[in-house]
Amino acid sequence: MKLNIIKYTTVLFFAASVFIGCDKDDNDDTTMEMKVDFTGSFSTEDQMGRPAINTVFVDGTDKDAFNVTAPSSQNATFQSKFQSKLLALNAGYTTNALGQDAATFTGLLATDVLNVSLDGKTTFFDGTNVLTGRALADDVISTELLLIFGGPDGSSNPGLTNDNVDANDKAFLDTFPYLASPW
Amino acid sequence: MKKTKTFLIAGMLSVIGLIAIAADHIDAPAVQGTTADITDYYAFEGATSSNMVFVANVQGLIAPTETAVASFDENVLVEFNIDTDNDFVEDLIIQAIPRDGKMYFFGPVASGTTTAILSNASINGVVDITSYGSNAVTATNSSEMKFFAGPRDDPFFMDFARYGEIIAGNATSFNSPGADTFAGTNVMSIVVEVPKSLIGGSGSINTWVEAKRKQ
Repeated sequence: MKLNIIKYTTVLFFAASVFIGCDKDDNDDTTMEMKVDFTGSFSTEDQMGRPAINTVFVDGTDKDAFNVTAPSSQNATFQSKFQSKLLALNAGYTTNALGQDAATFTGLLATDVLNVSLDGKTTFFDGTNVLTGRALADDVISTELLLIFGGPDGSSNPGLTNDNVDANDKAFLDTFPYLASPW
Repeated sequence: MKKTKTFLIAGMLSVIGLIAIAADHIDAPAVQGTTADITDYYAFEGATSSNMVFVANVQGLIAPTETAVASFDENVLVEFNIDTDNDFVEDLIIQAIPRDGKMYFFGPVASGTTTAILSNASINGVVDITSYGSNAVTATNSSEMKFFAGPRDDPFFMDFARYGEIIAGNATSFNSPGADTFAGTNVMSIVVEVPKSLIGGSGSINTWVEAKRKQ
């Protein structure tokens, strides 16, 4: 970071002059502010890819572990548990509207990443495109409910396949930063 | 802030009898209600189709009356992970870390499995954190990335209370219309727009976000 180098050099210069001078200025914090401290070691506490996965598919005792398991290891650790949870939620699950049986569907979900297309429409599901991103207005919960409860053609368990909240409570912006101003 | 937030959450819990809240809001015991609690993650094409937008929200369910004093935690690093070769291991990361009213960004940069802030990354940026009640402050860097950090309306919507009742066995179907449990609440948002050419160019990527705490 070029800016940083300049700042750093400036700080060193000032620090040197303070040391050379005397220490009666040692409460002067202007020099302290000039150096931004980016040191330290950071470890993961929370992570997510797709919405609501930990909430819906992970048992209470596993939730913290799921949040610190690297995505590349999540399938091996959690797929079978996800499958059990899916069948607990919907004992009659056969396949979903994507044609996925329980093992295939939970195999996809257990690796909790968002799949994103760099070439086309980015949406969780828009009726045509599936899992090519997640846009702000996507009704992701109803999509997940449909895949969990809706059966092969989406018509099973009609009372469980849509939470009937289809849009946000504030309009999104067409331009950066896209999210609505706070309440 | 904590009081109202706690009250809000406690109220919800008493209604639904559950600890977990979607989408990822207070999803797990160790992070719920903390400054490292990710609430949601989005990735979508920008208004300029050659750009991708990543949104990470933390600290959900902030009441409007508490939003002015809500802040990002300088001990929490938010890391956007990008996997370009479908092995579910990050190839590029974009880091965001707050310092003294500004959010600093590093990357996209090849990372390995780092625990450090990659402050020497050749691509970087900084934006003033927008204060509550002010217009959104945005910044652009020389790589044509855009940056925002500050409070926003929670873009997530769901009748979570009803879902909780269904899971608890107290209801058998959703209401129509449903009630948005997250209506009228705010989150702390970090928004990054990046040219697709910097994150693989074409094809598809896998992406996820982490909140990491300083040890």
